[in-house]
Amino acid sequence: MTPTIVQPALPTDWRDLVALTKPRVMSLVVFTGLCGMLAAPVQLPLVLGFTAILCIALGAGAAGALNQWYEADLDAKMRRTANRPLPAKRMDRQSALHFGVGLSVFSVVLMDLATNHLAAVLLAVSILFYVLVYTVWLKRRTAQNIVIGGAAGAFPPLIGWVAATGQIDLLPALLFAIIFLWTPPHFWALSLFVRSDYAAANVPMLPVVAGIRNTRLQILLYSVSVVAAAILPFALGLTGLIYGVAAAVLNIVFLILAAAVFANRAEDPSGMKPERRLFAFSILYLFVLFAALVVDRWVIA
Amino acid sequence: MTPQPEDELLRRRRERARLMAWLLGAFVVLLFLITVAKIGLNK
Repeated sequence: MTPTIVQPALPTDWRDLVALTKPRVMSLVVFTGLCGMLAAPVQLPLVLGFTAILCIALGAGAAGALNQWYEADLDAKMRRTANRPLPAKRMDRQSALHFGVGLSVFSVVLMDLATNHLAAVLLAVSILFYVLVYTVWLKRRTAQNIVIGGAAGAFPPLIGWVAATGQIDLLPALLFAIIFLWTPPHFWALSLFVRSDYAAANVPMLPVVAGIRNTRLQILLYSVSVVAAAILPFALGLTGLIYGVAAAVLNIVFLILAAAVFANRAEDPSGMKPERRLFAFSILYLFVLFAALVVDRWVIA
Repeated sequence: MTPQPEDELLRRRRERARLMAWLLGAFVVLLFLITVAKIGLNK
């Protein structure tokens, strides 16, 4: 009989805890949250502003950890996610759950201490929305999962604004709408050229359920909506010319790239250059649009 | 138990404890600064 060596469970490497928070998603969240806060008419003292952004980042990280806790089985089936800490078995699920819940509570309580109740409530709602409504309820059930999930990603600029002002106004509501409408074309473009992966994990992504042709039409329709939403802050007189010009230029490019996706007939990922281009540009679009908003509001002030 | 996993275990534990100490220290400083800023707001 060969003796079996029982290895003690190693404590989780802290790098894996960081990976659990999806740091790359967090960078976009921090950026849009910061822009929402800086676009507000009231400016918080530096320490409180820093804390608010920290809480938004930690809240997003907590949501990411809980998402990975729930989706370990899915992640194991997709090449893009198979090396995450849980599917790669570098961490046990219990630790991920405790980490996620602990971080959620911590971020909400700290937000409440540093800013105001409404900002803390919105942060809690955004975490619960991402984890319960998107991850648990809709992601595996409907091809509209991305549309609903987009709402969770749309919260940060709203929370940033509310942290500074204590109330919800029209401009942050529009910022919410912009990210909400931006998410579907952004992710569906991605899902077109990594489609096989989602199919392997049995996630009802639009290209799998409704077909490539229909997905391209949906991308175009949502692109028209996001472009309309992006021009509204200027059209309603909430921003100046800097934002107006930036939005106009970005919108034109976005529409051209979305039209190219719609016109594309390729079924194979190798022929999906327009989709890759739209996906890459959509990230730049959001960064520049929000940066322009902040510059614009500061010039007006 | 082979000595190698034990080394790894101790290394990770030490690394994590050190990180935790830094984070707790930073949190204490942050709470202090938040308090100062909040007092400043109410003046």
